[in-house]
Amino acid sequence: MRTTIRVQAEPFDVAAELDALSRGGAGAVASFTGYVRQEDGLDALLLEHYPGMTEREIARHVEAAQTRWALLGITIIHRVGELRPSDPIVLVAAASAHRADAFRACEFLMDHLKHSATFWKRERRGGETRWIEAKASDDAAAKRWT
Amino acid sequence: MKLLYFAWVRQKIGKNEETLSPPPNVATIADLAAHLRGQGPGYADAFADTSLLRAARNQEHVGFDSSIGPDDEIAFFPPVTGG
Repeated sequence: MRTTIRVQAEPFDVAAELDALSRGGAGAVASFTGYVRQEDGLDALLLEHYPGMTEREIARHVEAAQTRWALLGITIIHRVGELRPSDPIVLVAAASAHRADAFRACEFLMDHLKHSATFWKRERRGGETRWIEAKASDDAAAKRWT
Repeated sequence: MKLLYFAWVRQKIGKNEETLSPPPNVATIADLAAHLRGQGPGYADAFADTSLLRAARNQEHVGFDSSIGPDDEIAFFPPVTGG
């Protein structure tokens, strides 16, 4: 299986990533791209992470997804640093022979990434920054897979 | 023991990592948090309510009842907010 896990400050090219994932005989590639929401007064999101643990945690969920579904490839890219409204933050994509496995793996990976990958967000509005709090709904989303 | 702090835990303590030799009675993550709470005002603030904190031992999520050893890398941080 082709696995790509990257944590980076640079933007990513969704079309190029999905094209790369589709090679190797995939009949289906499902993907999720998360963006910085455009909200009144929001100037930027500042993202930090735990280098080493973040990648390990994502890899653990990729392995779990492989045991549940017949997958040909997975790409997960998450950005860190300073992001502006409408910037892409995260890409999760799964390739499979058929759509059902690709869709489900994609959602599983995104739910687990939100629940346990070691990223933290701050938002900046008018020169003031504030840590964003975790949502109970994100915990619930990850637990429904158990 | 290597300690790492992230997000507001890092801000309150004023550093992102340090090396520490905790006293021998510090056997769990909860013991370590209690020990750190007494290390100064920033630590007292960061560890005032440990229900707001999460921890990792050697880059794996663990509960506060987990045991720890002198060669471990321990991290404290708030619940994650990626994605």
